[in-house]
Amino acid sequence: MLDDKDRIFTNLYGLEDWRLAGARSRGDWDNTKALLEKGRDEIIQEMKDSGLRGRGGAGFPAGLKWSFMPKESDGRPAYLVVNADEGEPGTCKDRDILRHDPHKLVEGCLVAGFAMGACAAYIYTRGEFHREIEHLQAAIDEAYEASLIGKNACDSGYDFDVYVHPGAGAYICGEEMALIESLEGKKGQPRLKPPFPAAVGVWGCPTTVNNVETIAVAPTILRRGSSWFAGLGRPNNTGTKIFCISGHVNEPCNVEDEMGIPMRELIEKHAGGVRGGWDNLQAVIPGGASVPILPKSICDTVLMDFDSLKDVKSGLGTAAVIVMDKSTDVVQAIARLSKFYMHESCGQCTPCREGTGWMSRVMDRLVEGRAEIAEIDLLEEVTYQIEGHTICALGDAAAWPIQGLIRHFRPELERRIVEHTLESESASAEAAA
Amino acid sequence: MSANQTPFEFTQALRSAADKIVAKYPEGRQASAVLPLLDLVQRQNGGWVTTDMMSAVAEFLDMAPIRVYEVASFYTMINLEPVGETVVEVCTTTPCWLRGCDGIVQACEETLGIGLGETSADGRFTLREVECLGACVNAPIVKINDDYYEDLDPDRTRAILDSISRGAAPPPGSQTGRKTSAPASGPTTLSASAGDS
Repeated sequence: MLDDKDRIFTNLYGLEDWRLAGARSRGDWDNTKALLEKGRDEIIQEMKDSGLRGRGGAGFPAGLKWSFMPKESDGRPAYLVVNADEGEPGTCKDRDILRHDPHKLVEGCLVAGFAMGACAAYIYTRGEFHREIEHLQAAIDEAYEASLIGKNACDSGYDFDVYVHPGAGAYICGEEMALIESLEGKKGQPRLKPPFPAAVGVWGCPTTVNNVETIAVAPTILRRGSSWFAGLGRPNNTGTKIFCISGHVNEPCNVEDEMGIPMRELIEKHAGGVRGGWDNLQAVIPGGASVPILPKSICDTVLMDFDSLKDVKSGLGTAAVIVMDKSTDVVQAIARLSKFYMHESCGQCTPCREGTGWMSRVMDRLVEGRAEIAEIDLLEEVTYQIEGHTICALGDAAAWPIQGLIRHFRPELERRIVEHTLESESASAEAAA
Repeated sequence: MSANQTPFEFTQALRSAADKIVAKYPEGRQASAVLPLLDLVQRQNGGWVTTDMMSAVAEFLDMAPIRVYEVASFYTMINLEPVGETVVEVCTTTPCWLRGCDGIVQACEETLGIGLGETSADGRFTLREVECLGACVNAPIVKINDDYYEDLDPDRTRAILDSISRGAAPPPGSQTGRKTSAPASGPTTLSASAGDS
């Protein structure tokens, strides 16, 4: 298990003061000027060397993403946009950063923004996080007051602004292009890529969109060095990660631990184990609603990182571990997610707009077994017709949970259909008699 | 959208609050302020916006009114119909469902005497089902106006709603006394700082 001295989010649970004085006592804003004096290239190199992969779900190397920003401005300003539109079912880690460690994020904005030549950061925060926004805004106000951001931030000679932008209840705005549209004051409907945000982002200017956790860990990585971060976890899956463990565990919680921790160890060490014991486990969704579900046999040994979970045809996603014990109606659990994606589809692309509704209706019938066996294959085929055929990844995200269900729980789906067919046959035989 | 006969105009106070929001965005990009402004207007109007209000926001931001209407209708937190004084939103997405949100919905319906999507006749409560609120390790969760009530069960939910009915403001957050998102029996990490609070 990770040592406390290697934890980045030392106020994860809000046991200490989240304001500037408390943040300083935990090492935030400690000679940030020196970090900036490393210069843009060295900061980006350190981030690349650290191996940090984006914490919002896709796992794209953060330093590489930053390096896509133009080295010389063509006259347009550049922006850092922080994705705090946390809404992936199962995920609630950014919420803890916003309310308990907001200064880590604000300092991260300055460091990351400087490294990519941005003049300002906009933190797009989901509107439901009203109280979290209050903390974040207070932290920003404190940082301005102490000249840590604003004109001549941290006495570095660099001018940098940080703003909070509240959303208003739309999951799709967590998709970076939808988020940019929304930040421009439009409906959150994703734009086609290319052009990529680093070329044409918000207001037509070079932009990088990063998750809250990705930005918030940057100052600590620069202070302690890329080799420290890269020494944690496993190759290509380095560092620490906040895991959110929800569902049928004895003590649901958020916790920061090392990448690559075995799933079983994560659940048993921190979340009090599966309700009724490990043998009572049925399945786990390991990385938020969008990633395919895994049966217990895989959970027994799988490691919690990008590559290990990809190898078992799932994903680390946001590291939101949704645990289901043997009492769970696993078909209903996935059907509820299908309803979620139907509700959250922005309606722009036909395969997603029509497909999420169609899949949700079929899933609802499968819960009761009110279907033909052949419809399982049809449903699976439709998921592949949606996946990869839409502007953004919401279509993929709606398809994957169903694919995972069919992959691992087909006998359960078939059992329900057979049972339902027998029941309705005997009912009609009775009616005929 | 309901017709509203009273023309709506930005008061001086509203105008200065709106100016502050607009100032966060680059020159000429004031349309970015549309959601925060709709929220501001909505808060002053008992939780919903009329067509007139959307038009006033459009005029203030120099946007075509249709652009403001389409934004307002896209986002679930902007209400185009009147809502109760207290809006009770029950999360029913899978992580909350696994922890018993069906019982929470039932407790809300029974206590408030209304179903999902309804507003009580006296205009005090609106009850809604919402998608993932993003506090899943504290499931099940209900959002009441601006606050999250976490780690609920049916009894605790009834007690909270009764207390609000009586005009009280029950403390939000975990209802079992646990520290935010830490394990219920205490943190398994950060032991050095755990005692300092």
